[in-house]
Amino acid sequence: MAYKIVKSQCTACAACEPECPNNAIREKDGTFIIKPEKCTECIGYFDDPQCVAVCPVENTCIIDAGCPRYQATA
Amino acid sequence: MRKAIDVSIGVVQEMKPLDKVMQKMAEHKGCGMSAGSGKASCGSAAGQGDLAPEVWEKVKNHPCYSEEAHHHYARMHVAVAPSCNMQCNYCNRKYDCANESRPGVVSEKLTPQQATRKVLAVASAIPQMTVLGIAGPGDPLANPEKTFKTFELISKAAPDIKLCLSTNGLALPDHVDTIKNLNVDHVTITINMIDPEVGAEIYPWIFYKHRRIKGREAAKILTERQLQGLDMLTERGILCKVNSVMIPGINDRHLVDVNKAVKSRGAFLHNIMPLISSPEHGTVFGLTGQRGPSAQELKDLQDSCEGQMNMMRHCRQCRADAVGLLGEDRSAEFTTEKIMAMDVNYDADTRKAYQQMVEQERRSKVAARQDGLSQLAGETSDIRVLVAVATQGSGRINEHFGHAREFQVYELSTGGAKFVGHRRVDLYCRGGYGEEDSLPTVIRAINDCHAVFVAKIGGCPRGELIQAGIEPVDRYAHEFIEQSAFAWFKGYLDRVKRAEIRHAARGDADIRQGAYVVA
Ligand code: SF4
Ligand code: SF4
Ligand code: SF4
Repeated sequence: MAYKIVKSQCTACAACEPECPNNAIREKDGTFIIKPEKCTECIGYFDDPQCVAVCPVENTCIIDAGCPRYQATA
Repeated sequence: MRKAIDVSIGVVQEMKPLDKVMQKMAEHKGCGMSAGSGKASCGSAAGQGDLAPEVWEKVKNHPCYSEEAHHHYARMHVAVAPSCNMQCNYCNRKYDCANESRPGVVSEKLTPQQATRKVLAVASAIPQMTVLGIAGPGDPLANPEKTFKTFELISKAAPDIKLCLSTNGLALPDHVDTIKNLNVDHVTITINMIDPEVGAEIYPWIFYKHRRIKGREAAKILTERQLQGLDMLTERGILCKVNSVMIPGINDRHLVDVNKAVKSRGAFLHNIMPLISSPEHGTVFGLTGQRGPSAQELKDLQDSCEGQMNMMRHCRQCRADAVGLLGEDRSAEFTTEKIMAMDVNYDADTRKAYQQMVEQERRSKVAARQDGLSQLAGETSDIRVLVAVATQGSGRINEHFGHAREFQVYELSTGGAKFVGHRRVDLYCRGGYGEEDSLPTVIRAINDCHAVFVAKIGGCPRGELIQAGIEPVDRYAHEFIEQSAFAWFKGYLDRVKRAEIRHAARGDADIRQGAYVVA
């Protein structure tokens, strides 16, 4: 699974973009989006997913159940 | 849109003693103006002259630090910093940072390049614009690249413009050296507490070292970082002002301790602002029904801190992309679309010539004030009254009652006039009294005043003001504020003495909710 951003809630504040260790976040059409193939859920980098920790709007960066779970390669 | 301020050169008196008087005024900057008598009622405990000459030199033309300067010079903000690294209970991040702006305001976000163009466009159109600030919409130091790039570009293109910065302080210690290198001359830190117990009620979380931290632990880190940042700025000789939001029942009494702590660390000015909270803003405090202070509560707290240090009373909590003098907001003339189409011709010489004219006007105002004060010489009375003034700037009573977007409030006593604050009455408010008639709103906002000074007033509002016990005074139209106020006050005291009127205290007044927005 990767994380995704709920478009209707995103304020486009850009706080998440520079925090992502994988450069998975970018602006698109006035809000921010996560590229699922790049998102590692921050595993191997930080204890908390950074986008979730910094986002000012609760439940905006959420697990995308539709994506396969990220497998950390040891 | 407002016409440019009129700078008519009136009585230009001899100039030698005036610089001295100006310096004295600067010592009282925090509270706008005060008696010219030796002992300043608003100086710090360190006594007179606590503002070193080099500090005065830096702030004398700074509209955000001196209400007096705000009559003559303008500041602007550019909104290049959208994100934030923490959450305050009085902020809804759909809007701008509530530490600097009124809640509920959305500013137009700019890139550093767009911001630079905007600054040049405004500086060319408004020669009084001397200060550029970055204060949001989020926290400038949570967006260090954008913030510092903007400063760099502007200091290259327009080196005469002063740079300032406002921050919540969390990231401040990491950036102090960059701030110093870029020649930023003022920093504002919002400090609402120094006790983590209090902080936990104000800040639900911070984002620090890649973690979201909550509660007491978060507040402890925040206060340590804020005070460390303040120490570091003072060590490097960068002027630092502290903002605090007064939240009744949470930090109102505690702010007296905050005041002592920041003063001892070298902050040169403390600005206590009222919490502005209404449910429509969608903030935690708005939803829990946390109220803001009344005008009287705010003034009492500011007065009780005043023995400690210079207090600032004129902060308008303007929006992150504000442009203009005093209460005006000309940001609508300088939208991104318009500045991109504008033919910008930045001319430092024209600006300088204009500013010299302004200085002359300021000197004649000081002379007039001295003259007015001399009329009260020999009077002794315990009477203190508040009066409201309608002005467009230049230190004169030059606004029509019905056009005023705000009133400036002064406290008059035989010792002199002290600027107490301004009361907003603009009709563009989203929350609050938008639906009602404007006159009762105005009366509520200046209900603690005995008189209101205006350039002109219609018959209808005149009658209602008199009925409410507020004397409308239009005989000093276009004259200097303080000189006129002293003349009126002398007459008031005489009437009391002759028992024509009886002096009675007035009630409290409302602090207007909602943001400065151009209709
Ligand atoms: S969870 Fe981590 S890796 Fe995935 S988008 Fe958010 S910050 Fe980037
Ligand atoms: S931090 Fe949240 S609100 Fe801000 S841009 Fe990212 S997803 Fe949107
Ligand atoms: S620091 Fe400013 S932008 Fe950040 S949460 Fe507080 S009020 Fe809002």
